Parts: sequence; C-alpha cells; structure tokens
Amino acid sequence: MAGITPTPQGNGSGYRGIVGPLLIPTWAVIGIFLVLPVLLMAVYSFLTKEFRGGVVWDFTLAAYDQFFLNRGLFGDEPPVIEWTYITIFSRSIWQAAVATLICLIVGFPTAWFIATRPPQTRAIWLFLVTIPYWVNLLIRTVSLKFLIRENGPLNESLMSIGLITDPLPLVNTNLAVQLGLFYSYLPFMVLPIYAAVERYNFALSEAAADLYASRWVTLREIVLPVVKPGIIAGCILVFVPSLGAFLAPDLLGGAKTFMIGSLIDEQFRGSQGNWPFGAAAAMILMTLVLIVLTIYARAQARGEAK
Amino acid sequence: MKGVRHYPGFLAMAVACLVILYAPLIVVTIYSFNGSTSITSWGGFSWRWYADVFTGPEAPRFKAAAWNSITIAVIAATSATAIAVAASLAMIRGGRFKGKSATFALINLPLMVPEIVIAVATLIFFSAIGLTTGYLTILIAHITFCIPFAYLPIAARLQGIEDAYEQAARDLYATRWQAFRLILMPLMMPGIISGFLLAFIISLDDFIITNFVKGAGMETLPTAIFGSVKQGIKPNIMAISTMMLAVSILFVTLSYYVNRIGQRTRS
Amino acid sequence: MSTAIDIRSVVKRYGTATALHGVSLSIADNEFFTLLGPSGCGKTTLLRCIAGFEDVTEGEIALFGQNIAGLDPNHRPVNTVFQQYALFPHMTVLDNVAFGLKMKGVPLSDRTARAGKMLEMVHLSAFADRLPAQLSGGQQQRVALARALAPEPKVLLLDEPLSALDLKLRQAMRVELKTLQEQTGITFIFVTHDQEEALTMSDRIAVMSQGRVQQIGTARDIYEAPVNRFVADFIGETNLIEVTVDRIEGETARVTLPGGHAITCPAAATTPGKHHLSIRPERLSLATTGDLTATVERVVYLGTDLQLLTRLPTGEEFHIRLQNSARTEIPAPGTTVALHLEEGAARLLAD
Repeated sequence: MAGITPTPQGNGSGYRGIVGPLLIPTWAVIGIFLVLPVLLMAVYSFLTKEFRGGVVWDFTLAAYDQFFLNRGLFGDEPPVIEWTYITIFSRSIWQAAVATLICLIVGFPTAWFIATRPPQTRAIWLFLVTIPYWVNLLIRTVSLKFLIRENGPLNESLMSIGLITDPLPLVNTNLAVQLGLFYSYLPFMVLPIYAAVERYNFALSEAAADLYASRWVTLREIVLPVVKPGIIAGCILVFVPSLGAFLAPDLLGGAKTFMIGSLIDEQFRGSQGNWPFGAAAAMILMTLVLIVLTIYARAQARGEAK
Repeated sequence: MKGVRHYPGFLAMAVACLVILYAPLIVVTIYSFNGSTSITSWGGFSWRWYADVFTGPEAPRFKAAAWNSITIAVIAATSATAIAVAASLAMIRGGRFKGKSATFALINLPLMVPEIVIAVATLIFFSAIGLTTGYLTILIAHITFCIPFAYLPIAARLQGIEDAYEQAARDLYATRWQAFRLILMPLMMPGIISGFLLAFIISLDDFIITNFVKGAGMETLPTAIFGSVKQGIKPNIMAISTMMLAVSILFVTLSYYVNRIGQRTRS
Repeated sequence: MSTAIDIRSVVKRYGTATALHGVSLSIADNEFFTLLGPSGCGKTTLLRCIAGFEDVTEGEIALFGQNIAGLDPNHRPVNTVFQQYALFPHMTVLDNVAFGLKMKGVPLSDRTARAGKMLEMVHLSAFADRLPAQLSGGQQQRVALARALAPEPKVLLLDEPLSALDLKLRQAMRVELKTLQEQTGITFIFVTHDQEEALTMSDRIAVMSQGRVQQIGTARDIYEAPVNRFVADFIGETNLIEVTVDRIEGETARVTLPGGHAITCPAAATTPGKHHLSIRPERLSLATTGDLTATVERVVYLGTDLQLLTRLPTGEEFHIRLQNSARTEIPAPGTTVALHLEEGAARLLAD
C-alpha cells in the first residue's frame, strides 16, 4: 500500500502537549519512594553495621564478605567459602523451583480444561480460580496451616477413613513450604496459560490428529511449543515471588526450611539485626530476580522477532 | 470419538485445583462457627467467635487495626488510581515521547522488585531521611506499590476506547478538560473502578512491606493477625479471616460485574 | 460564490514519512466536494487537518479567508461525521445531538428544541431517549449527521460515513445526504474510496493518490477526461494501451493505434512519442471495418451487459462492453472482431 496511514492518535485527543505534567506524579512517587530507596539500599549494603540496628557511614565490603566468606570466629583465619547463606539461597531457589513445577503440573491441565469449556461455563471456572488471588495471602496461608497441622482436619479425616494410622507430620517440612508456595501462587500459573490456550488454534491439533499423531504426541509436539510463551510467563510469575516469599516459609516451615525472605527479615529485627548484611542479601536476591527477568525478556523478544 | 480439546484426566486435575484452592478456606470458615474453645473438636454451630472479635479482650486491638487498614487502603487506592489515570492518559494518548519505555518500566517496577526488597529499601529510606515509621510511612509505601495495580486495568480500558470519541467532543466545541470529564472519564469508568478495587485489595492484603515500615505499636489487620497467629491459631482469628474472605469475594464479584457492564457499553 | 475552504500548499509529515506533498485546492461555499482516492492516499489526513485533529507541517488552511492553522478543533466552526460515527455510548441520542450546542453554551431549553428539530430532520424523533447501541447502523449514521449539523457548522466534514452500511442503505443514504446538503446549504467535504459514491453525489471531486491531488473536476470531467493513468484507471473500468503520438496540431494529436490505424484525439499536454491511451470499454462497438482489431477470448454474461475479453494483435488485453439486447450478435471465442471507437472515446494521457 502506497502512502501512509495517519497514526491513530493525532493531537485531537490533546494529551500530547501535557505528557510531562501528567507523568510528574508517577515519576515523583515511584522515583522518590522506590527507585531512590533501592539505590540507597545498595549504598547501605556497603556501610558498617551499628549494633543497635542502623548503620555507621563507613564504607566497607564487610556485608558481602560475611555472606560469601568465612574468616573464622575472630576474623583472622584464611578465608574459606561460607556455605550458610549460599545454602539458604540455594534452598530458596530449590523450593521455588519445586513449587513452580507443582503449579505447572496442576495448572496446565486446569488452564486447558477451562479454556476448552463453552463461554458461559468458562466464565464461572475463571471466576472460581481468580477468587483466591483476591483473598488475603496471610489468611490463605494461615488457613492452609490450620488444615494440614498435626491434629488438623486433614490428618483427622485421613485417619478416620483409615488411610493412615498416625498423623502425617506435614508442618515444618520442606513439603509444607512447597505446598504453601504452590497454594499461594497457583492462580498466577493458571491465568497466563489460560490466555495462551484460549488463543490456540485447535485446527492445529486437528491437523496433527489427521496426520496420525496421538493425543499425547499432539500435546507434546504441537500444543506445548505453541503455548510455550504462556507457560513461561506462568512459571516466572510463580517463581519470582516464591523466591522472596516470607509468609509460607515463616508460618509453615521451621528452622530447616529457612528461606531468603526470613533471612532478610531477621536482619532488621531489633538489636540482633545487621542492616548492611540485610541490604546485601536483598541486593543479591534482587540481582537473581533481575537475571531471571532479563532472560525472560530476551526470550520473549526473540519469540516476537520470529 | 472425543474432539482434540479433550484430554483424559484434565477434568480431574481442574477439580483437584479447585479443591486445593478452596479446601483451606472452607475448613476455616466452618471452624469459625465452632462453638468450642478448642480448635480441634467441634462444639456445635455458634456465632460466639464473631462476637468475640467485636467485644472480646482483643477487640480494641482488632478494631484499631481494621480502622488503619481500611483508611490506608481507601487513601492509597484513591491516590494510586488518580496517579494511574494521569499516567495512562500520557502513556496511551500521549503519542511517542522521549522516555516512554523508561516510564513504562518505572510504572511496572513495583511488580518486578520482590516485595521483601521493597520492604527493606523503604525502611532504609525512611530511616535515612529521619521519618518516624508509622501511619504515614505505611501510607506512602502503599501508594507506591499500588500504582501498577491501578494502572493495568485503567490502561487496558483506555486502550480499548477509540480516540474518535474525544475528537468528536473536541470537534463539537468541548475543551480538553470538558472532553475528558464528559466523554473519556465516563467511558474509562469501568477500568477506573477495577483499578481502584484491585489497588484497594492489594493494600488491604499487604503484610511484608507494612510489617517493615509500620513502626512500634502501629497495626494493620494483617500484622495484627500475624501477631496473634504466632501464638497459635485461635478461633477468633478464623472469624476475622472469614469476614475478610467475605469482603474479598464481595469485591471480586463487584469488579466482575463492573467489567461485564463495561463490555456491554463498549459494543 | 465565495470560497469556503482554501488549502494552500499543505504538507503533512509524520517523522520521515510524508502523507501530503503540497496539496492546494479551494472549495466553494455550498459545494458538495469529495476527496476520492485509495486507502493511504492522504484524503483522510487532509480531512483531519481541516478538522484540526492534525497540525499541518507546512502551508495553510483558510476558512472563509481566515487562517485556521494552529486553532484547536473546538475553536473551528467545522464539524465532522466520523467513519464509525463515534457516538458517545453513555449518552442518549438526544444528548449526543445536543452536545455541541451545550459546549457552545446554548441554554438547555434552546438546545433541546434544536436537537429535537435535527432529529426530526433525520426522521429519528422517536429514538431520542435511546442509547446509540440500541440503534441500527443506518440510524446511528443519521444521529452522527444530526449531531454534526446541530451546531450549524460552516463546513461539514464526512469521513467515509457510509462505509459501515450495507449496499441498499448506502444507496439510500447517498440521496439523503445530497438532499440534506441542498436543504442546509452547508459546504460538505466528503471523503471516500468508493468512486460510485463520489460520482453520484459530488459537485466536484478531487482525486488523490500518494499524497497528491491528481485531478479536480466534476464527475463528468473526471470520468470522461482523466488527465493521467492513475485517474483513468481508478475511476471506472478502462483499457490502457500504448500508442505512438505522431504529431500534435494545436489542440489535437494524431495517434497511431496498434494495428496501424491512425486517429485524432484531444492532445492534453503531450509531446510526440510513446504514450498511453485510455479507451472506456462501453465506448466501442463492433463493426465490419474498424479502428482496431482484436481476438475474442471469452464472453462474460453480466445481465444488462456483455463483457468481451479480447486480445489485441500486440498481445495487450482489451475489454469491451456491449449492451445486452436481442439485436446483439455475440461473437464466438476465437473469432477476430473489428472495433469502432465512438467520437471522443479515446483519451490521450499525460503520463
């Protein structure tokens, strides 16, 4: 087509000239109360801790040193790698990954099932899956704890129907934390996959079936590659908040399931705290998340370029 | 023969999904009506724990916390919605301008940075500028992280409104402000309401950031509940939970209908 | 007659892309003026510049002698009927029609009365309290008209207003639009890509392509005397064949047709050499000896007409339309026919 179609927005709506004034509140609020604080946090991670909480303005690498290296009780031994915090971070990544996987295993069939319902039923299913997202996370986590605790309704009913003889020790285990994370973020997995499946052209499945592919081969060879962007989006939306989660590990886990969120939280509690160390741990967590998001954005951009 | 949409076991998984999502909530709702003091045995149906929430020994604490939670949520959601409406006009109707993608990233920043990191950074900031933590610091933090939640439905709605309506209004002698107030704002209303409700719930829901910046003696409902739960789950907590659950369901239903009406007026 | 709109060397650029390359034209008061062209030709951009939705990059637009460049749309006594109508969905039909009057500060009772009269004019009085969504497409279109006419603009702009209607309604609306224009005496500037619409309603038409005005004239001028290949090809069906201009004598040119026969036709502004000749398919007849010979390849039955798809000895395709009557003898495919050109059927093009 020759010539140019006019851009959909001319000066007719009249907002072109006042973009600046319209955005000043956003820039100011997020800039001053989020960007600036994060930058300040980066600075704090290089300061010296004060014993009653807070910092002394002496620049040092002590926080990061403490995180990665062990120089003995009095700090005079040759440094070896300090595993305590690396272990906590690895455990967090593991817990978040397992929770993401469980979400995917439950979420994908659910999303597929919902997206293949007739419009009326679909709306009801979607509505039902979204409600928990709107319910206070703390309340949901507390409810889950109440349900699965040692003499809670789950164990009671399992024992009463004779499936088990002794209560399952669920609370304070890795499994409980994973279950908590899964439960917290399941809707985040279902919704983007649902959106992807809804756009999926089912004629592709029919073509595959026509060309002798079985149902499950079709799922693996055709459906999954096509709806992959939705699946990846769902995984990111579950993994990222799980990594820094505080409530599920704190309420459902114990000392052995200590995760990043609790580690950071502890550094800002009273005189036991260590602000620079907490800031450093938060910086490392944020770096991890940014790496995941960058990889995602790259993959997304590549997918669109195709 | 069943169509290509059917996969055996997917229905079971979907049902399992709902059971998992709802079982804890239903169990807690049932137990909130438990007449017994013990949380393990059933003592018959009773409203006593609801009465306890309003008149029991912890009532003043919960009332104060609820008041804080609600006023903060109302102010934060209102401010965030107003900011988001202005931002969406610039982003959707402002054409191309320098710094647009940076602004987009800025708006979405609160969604990308982990909550615990926002909590730490905000606490450090308030401490550095010497602002005593309390109601005001909670409010500021809430306004900040509510912006993207208000922005998303508002921007989505605005994107769906052709600019021909505003142009028609301008063509018919309306000033920029009249075109916004009389034409664009009514058309955006479903998005604005959705954005407000979402921001309201997100503010009401927040625990981690609030817990960092609330200061001593200041409580919102989530922090008050968290404090109680640390000593074990008591029946009155289940009653509060059930009430908050009801409020949430009321809000989501409301937002659902607002959207439905919005879709009808658009076509 | 006074000039309603005077467009002087208007250039519109979007970044590096140019939508209008120095457009100049003037539209008389009370005129039904049409901007005709394919999508992307710049006709809508020009309309939006007049309405004030776009700023012109260069040049000026004068409304009754006053330069309106830089005025916001709400300060221009010009109203628009939008392509998808843009009726405010949350207001009743009456409120929609009264909106412009309200913005101009007309008191409530006056504007209600006026809006009511406008609705009467478009035969929609019974629908005053409905919402736009409760009306049919044709009714919405009439509300859009009433709304744009209510403030009594000096010029009414219509951006493909009929394109969303079905064929029958479209034909009825053409008549209604033309009547409305004559009744109100308002200058109409009508944008369309549909040549039939343009030919049936307009006093004058500007054919546009690639951001330039190709030709301005009455429907007859444009159809009968296209100035270039674009106009000849875009308006109606035509045969474009390559010919040699032997010589030019004043207003007429001597042209050799493929096959060797020579004819004379109006010269336009051409020089001797290779040029294109436009011959309308209905301006030909079968003859025993003619100006051209062609081989019939296919006969298409069109009801009122017969279309002969033929090929010239040079290999060029050539279409002929014959009126379908009992006397018409239908040549069989494969036969060679001689064609007679009616007086003035051939038009030599500038490019």
